Amino acid sequence: MSPAAGQLAISRRQFLIAGAGVAGSLVIGLPLPATSAEDSDRMIGFFVQIEADGQIIIGSNQPEIGQGIKTGLPMLIAEELDVEWANVSVRQMPLGILKTETGFAWKYGGQGVGGSTGMTDNWDFMREIGATARGQLIRAAAARIGVPESQCRTKPGFVVCSWLGTEIPYGDLVEEAARLGLPEESPPLKAKADYRIIGTRRDTIDALDIVTGRANYGIDTLQPDMRYAVIQRAPVLNATVKSFDASAARRVAGVLDVFKIDGPAMGEPYAILASGVAVVATSTWAAMQGRAALEIEWNESASENDSSERFWAENEEMLKGDGQVVLDEGDFTSAMASASKQVRHQYRVPFVSHAPLEPQNCYVYVQEDGCDVIAPTQMPSGASRAAAAVTGISREKIRVEMTRIGGGFGRRLTNDYVAEAAMISKRTGWPIKLVWSREDDVKNDFYRPAGLHEMQAGLNDDGKLTAWTQRLVSASKYYRRPNMPDEELYGAELYVDDFPRNIIDNVRLEYFHNPIGIPRGSWRAPAHTANAFVIQSFIDEIAHETGQDPLQLRLDIYGEEREIPYANHGADTFNPGRLSRLVKFVAEKIGYGKELPQGRGIGLASHFTFGGYAAHAIEVTVADGKLTIERIVAAIDCGLAVHPNAVDAQLQGGTIDGLSTALGLEITVKDGQIEQSNFHNYPLAKIAAFPASFETHILPYNDQPTGVGEIGLPTAAPALTNAIFAASGIRIRSLPIADQLKA
Amino acid sequence: MVSFKINSKAVTFDGDQNTPLLWVIRDALNMTGTKFGCGIGLCGACTVHVDGKAQRSCVTPVLAIDGRSITTIEGLASSDDKLHPVQQAWLEHDVPQCGYCQTGQIMATVDFLKKYPKPSDEDIDKNMTNICRCGTYVRIRKAIHRAAELSTAGGEE
Repeated sequence: MSPAAGQLAISRRQFLIAGAGVAGSLVIGLPLPATSAEDSDRMIGFFVQIEADGQIIIGSNQPEIGQGIKTGLPMLIAEELDVEWANVSVRQMPLGILKTETGFAWKYGGQGVGGSTGMTDNWDFMREIGATARGQLIRAAAARIGVPESQCRTKPGFVVCSWLGTEIPYGDLVEEAARLGLPEESPPLKAKADYRIIGTRRDTIDALDIVTGRANYGIDTLQPDMRYAVIQRAPVLNATVKSFDASAARRVAGVLDVFKIDGPAMGEPYAILASGVAVVATSTWAAMQGRAALEIEWNESASENDSSERFWAENEEMLKGDGQVVLDEGDFTSAMASASKQVRHQYRVPFVSHAPLEPQNCYVYVQEDGCDVIAPTQMPSGASRAAAAVTGISREKIRVEMTRIGGGFGRRLTNDYVAEAAMISKRTGWPIKLVWSREDDVKNDFYRPAGLHEMQAGLNDDGKLTAWTQRLVSASKYYRRPNMPDEELYGAELYVDDFPRNIIDNVRLEYFHNPIGIPRGSWRAPAHTANAFVIQSFIDEIAHETGQDPLQLRLDIYGEEREIPYANHGADTFNPGRLSRLVKFVAEKIGYGKELPQGRGIGLASHFTFGGYAAHAIEVTVADGKLTIERIVAAIDCGLAVHPNAVDAQLQGGTIDGLSTALGLEITVKDGQIEQSNFHNYPLAKIAAFPASFETHILPYNDQPTGVGEIGLPTAAPALTNAIFAASGIRIRSLPIADQLKA
Repeated sequence: MVSFKINSKAVTFDGDQNTPLLWVIRDALNMTGTKFGCGIGLCGACTVHVDGKAQRSCVTPVLAIDGRSITTIEGLASSDDKLHPVQQAWLEHDVPQCGYCQTGQIMATVDFLKKYPKPSDEDIDKNMTNICRCGTYVRIRKAIHRAAELSTAGGEE
């Protein structure tokens, strides 16, 4: 390819990425010829490889944490490339970054999963990759048979020239196609009516590997001469190692080395890392046994008096004062004063842990001229930065491979375990696989922030909401952001453009930050998990206390379809009418309003998250203090459902995550120590908690996908607690539900 | 020295005899389909069969399996064309999300269906205790029922 064509590819990529909203990124992702010996000459660009026998190998650039992106994005390419899905296999791509004059650029497009953006950020990009590759194949065919391109079209896997009656398999054209320069114009993309793959049921691409045990996760990494490492981290939050005696640990058969790991000082932003002692051995078990034999003395920690009890007591005190007003629209004070009816309640949302089932782990091999990293990470570029920071090796020499990942939920946005593994490999010179135990994971997480919410609403004589306030005291997760001013800490806790802004006339939101030594981070659907519970519970309470029906009140509040400007994450507009449609739908499906026996009730909830809309209707029985979930109906409006199997899975899984968490999960701290350690005291719900009667519905809306990974979660908990109230008259205002139903 | 069979192959292990079977399988035998999730027998990601019965390998010291026969997920089917009915049912219902717990779920289900060839939902609730963090339980339940059908159909042929 000529340099000019390469330049063209770059400029088109810049345009595309700007459109996709990835800031500051220069990407070379579209068709380029083989650029190095390892690139196959059967490739058109970095993503598409076409074998001589017609097999199509499509690259997936994003981390796969169970959200289905490794199937969903290749579906986009396959659609526009025009191939049979049955002939497609998918290969996981590594992190691709290129050194430029000003820093680093993405080689394969932005890579990283979080914020439900995997599909939306790549929707245009991946379709263009497929369409461009198809265009190249058509041009190669036209050139070969000597007809104008306009005389050629494709059918799955073939370029067809009807005029001559010729059909050429893609596999015969790929080498010529790869050598062609790119046209200046972006190729046209298919219309929705012509989709054959997008929006159709396709099974998880790695399903056979998964059910046969062949699928590789980070923890399954096996490399030559690899050693195994574990770390004993400080039991008290933010404590550091004072001294340690490794003599007993070194006597454990298989233990090779023992040394101290320094974490950054408390309060240092972002890469928070526990201080501890590392044990390196010839097997995971030997390393664990060596760790058990360690004797460590810890320095005093500023967090050693931190406790949940103190945190919640402080929260109550703080709410009695004035906080930072972060939204004040209309005239809340007068509206509240003149309201004919006022409702006021407090809600408590606890710290919770991510607990992905694959414990944190990382393989790192630091060598003189580079560094290999194999990590289960949602942010491979963060892994690259962490390894670079620890080793001093320049990032273009750090190779980051991605495996399937045993769950993310936001935990693996932070690459602390990558930094740890890099430290150990750097120190020893060995290829190292660091493995965390479950106890390490539960006690060293970046927990969902906990908070106490005070809600107050005013209604007029007609029962219409005229004033609304939410006053929240929480431990903001933004404390880890560098140079974050205190007055911006609220941004992670209250999304000011969420309901009810622009829906209720007089709205005031107030925030108080209560710092605590517990590390906090992003937990699936971050603040939506707290705010949807609080708001959807409160609406239910308002309905009951003002003699209104909870469904009708929601429909009255949301109203008809209309676009409201939205500047928080994930969307440009918020259409409350789409919530009306969903909540009405789930209510009808579950038979809302039907006669129910004593002790049985139905609860509803609906919420807008990251551009998508969800609603739940849940039916429960509460009898003798025992809760039984009888039926669940969940619905999602994610615009266009690209990969419906994954949308269903995310809606089911999000529901279960939300319910499991609401039923029994809380992280507490006492004397500066996390009190939970494993699944006996952090009891993720099992299959028995969820009914066989569990429906999910996808309500199509338009031709644009929204994210789906987090949208199904926030409304599950309030639908459940609203159902509990309907069944029993018991109002759950503090999560988890735990044993609150027992008299 | 501990001797046992794994997927019909005779093996020996001469390390620490208290080593959990899980780590022998993963680190010494380099078979990674059996997963580490909790280390205390609560999540079931490490489920294998010992003499045909489901057992959580993370709390099974290797000395306890001397002379016995282990089946792991790698040994459940002889080839991809001859998957176990439970694996087939898992594919039909597209059960996996992250997939990490699924090998343990499948091994637990195979043993469960031996005891409950036509299970009710209540049987499933009482006996299936493996944790799925992604929440694939809806499809696991359907796949268990489907596997029961496939097994019965296979038995009648």
